[in-house]
Amino acid sequence: MLEVKNLHASVEGTEILRGVNLKVNAGEIHAIMGPNGSGKSTLAQVLAGHEAYDVTDGQVLYEGEDLLELKAEERAQAGLFLAFQYPVEIPGVNSSYFLRTALNSIRKARGQEELDAMDFLAQAKEKMKLVEMDASFINRSVNEGFSGGEKKRHEIYQMAVLEPRLAIMDETDSGLDIDALRIVSNGVNALRSSDNATIVVTHYQRLLNYIVPDFVHVLLKGRIVKSGGKELAMELEAKGYDWIRKEFADAEAVSA
Amino acid sequence: MSSETEELERLATREYKYGFVTDIEQDAAPPGINEDIVRFISAKKNEPEWLLEWRLKAFRNWKKMDDPTRRPAPQRWARVDYPEINYDEVVCYSAPKKGGGLASLDEVDPELLKTYEKLGIPLEEQKMLAGVNVAVDAVFDSVSVATTFKQKLADDGVIFGSFSEAVQEHPELVRKYLGTVVPYNDNFFAALNSAVFSDGSFCYIPKGVRCPMELSTYFRINAMNTGQFERTLIVADEGSSVSYLEGCTAPQRDENQLHAAVVELVALDNARIKYSTIQNWYPGNADGVGGIYNFVTKRGACRGVSSKISWTQVETGSAITWKYPSCILQGDNSVGEFYSVAVTSGRQQADTGTKMWHIGKNTSSTVVSKGISAQNGQNTYRGGIKVLKNASNARNFTQCDSMLIGDQCGAHTFPYIDVRNSTSQVEHEASTSKIGEDQIFYCNQRGISTEDAVSMIVNGFCKEVLAELPMEFAVEATKLLGISLEGSVG
Repeated sequence: MLEVKNLHASVEGTEILRGVNLKVNAGEIHAIMGPNGSGKSTLAQVLAGHEAYDVTDGQVLYEGEDLLELKAEERAQAGLFLAFQYPVEIPGVNSSYFLRTALNSIRKARGQEELDAMDFLAQAKEKMKLVEMDASFINRSVNEGFSGGEKKRHEIYQMAVLEPRLAIMDETDSGLDIDALRIVSNGVNALRSSDNATIVVTHYQRLLNYIVPDFVHVLLKGRIVKSGGKELAMELEAKGYDWIRKEFADAEAVSA
Repeated sequence: MSSETEELERLATREYKYGFVTDIEQDAAPPGINEDIVRFISAKKNEPEWLLEWRLKAFRNWKKMDDPTRRPAPQRWARVDYPEINYDEVVCYSAPKKGGGLASLDEVDPELLKTYEKLGIPLEEQKMLAGVNVAVDAVFDSVSVATTFKQKLADDGVIFGSFSEAVQEHPELVRKYLGTVVPYNDNFFAALNSAVFSDGSFCYIPKGVRCPMELSTYFRINAMNTGQFERTLIVADEGSSVSYLEGCTAPQRDENQLHAAVVELVALDNARIKYSTIQNWYPGNADGVGGIYNFVTKRGACRGVSSKISWTQVETGSAITWKYPSCILQGDNSVGEFYSVAVTSGRQQADTGTKMWHIGKNTSSTVVSKGISAQNGQNTYRGGIKVLKNASNARNFTQCDSMLIGDQCGAHTFPYIDVRNSTSQVEHEASTSKIGEDQIFYCNQRGISTEDAVSMIVNGFCKEVLAELPMEFAVEATKLLGISLEGSVG
């Protein structure tokens, strides 16, 4: 579904991603872990098409197509979803209207019929249950005055409505208390199918107790330096990142 | 420049949908503004002597006045900049040869009916959509060409039609109220209007009547080099209420055209007037060539106790907008409101706001202004809140928000507050925000195009004001905001 080859990206002239390779198949959950500043969020933003990042080298294939050629909204229309680390407030625009516009933009791009307000509402209410969101949310302005936990649940609710093929969750666990973590994770698990795939970007192994990954990758200084199964996450939790840093430094020294 | 910005710049050269010209035979006055022209217009309209005298007084005053927007700072009024208008070239009066005046719809030139249909304002009552509950007075250049639903309104005693007609049919009402809110010597542009005004709408709601439908006037400037000087007078008698809307468009031309209107509202005891404007005059092109100079004096007098006047305006057009719809809160417990959205993009300049004069006791006013500037647009809010000595317990709340799109535009706020009563309470809140790239990216990531995102974010920003518009027009205004800002994010 997704194939990232030797991806280099920089922001304002500073190189953040320095050759990322990653392959994600339908039905899989991949976790990307790594210390602060390793480039995890940059990878998520670059895949979603944020214009602040310049891709300087490499290739990304999504469903066999060149993802980097597509504008951000075209990527979304093609089924790519980013759950934001810091969801943005849009004052005065109610959540329901926003999400219906989003869904209809996507449906339109795919040649599907647009949903009217009633049909949308019926569908949306079902999805709200998934993340145990109160119905009053849909009449509130997008993310305005939401608590940190509410914002994250709102992201997963949007994901549930938009039904992406590839979901990227950027530190969705940060700022969540244990109950919210469980709710968000249950939502993600319920949406899981053999047709879609999820990339979970996180600092901590904690989330991975709820959303069990098939693969765990460690991102360090803009490269994936180690990959493994879910046990790798456990190891990181127990030992920290230092041993990988050391291993990686040694490897770099050898190759230099 | 990012590729997104480039695409947006391309979109920025938007089409002005209403820029067409109607080819029609016109009956026009020679250019220039002088006593002969004043007499010519008055004679054309077969006006009584008192009205001609009033016009002449206004004209003589105007000759002595100076344009307040052209004074050197700091006496200069308004933050707008434009080349001097040559009043010797302005044609004050231009009317379609066929139709106009008292003609019934059958006599109106079919070209005119087509024009209004093209503008989305069908004038044939049977053609109007079922459920549309709006009476329209259509003003084409200097004359009213048709008024719909007159009979239905007359059944309730409501007088609604062209100003010229009202002068003939209800001279006592016109004479009683004309110039009582905006005197003929009020300001340079109001004096000019008083001298040469050609038509406009007149509306009288009798005691205790709730006007059964929305009233509206649709102003269209068509002829070249023609100034439009229309005058609207709305009187709501005791205990009555009315909701009124005006819409404006003009052809796309390289020459600037002058529009100097006066609107007077009078609300007697317990009367309510809601006046909404969607102003979409041709704004000129991206380089600032052409467009309408919109210098308008709008003022309402809450004369009676517990009367209420509410102004709502959506200003997206014109090269220059200079207007301050205001309320004189004379009656005790009277209420004044001003809700405004003003958009400037391209090279548009707007200096707009309101004045609230608190004179009676327990008077209250609310001002909500949303200014949006994009590209090279300059947007100024100017507000005057005045609480006089006897206005015990007066209250004012002002909220003034500006949104900037791009880094070449400007937003300016000039609130003037003058309070002479210690029991009154005046609040002013202001904010400035920039439409964020992160907001746009968030929308893009959900599959929403940048254009739709801007439109959505701006409409969200203006929500409180749009909510004040009558339903049918809120939809139009929402679309218009999207179109006006198309491609302005950089």
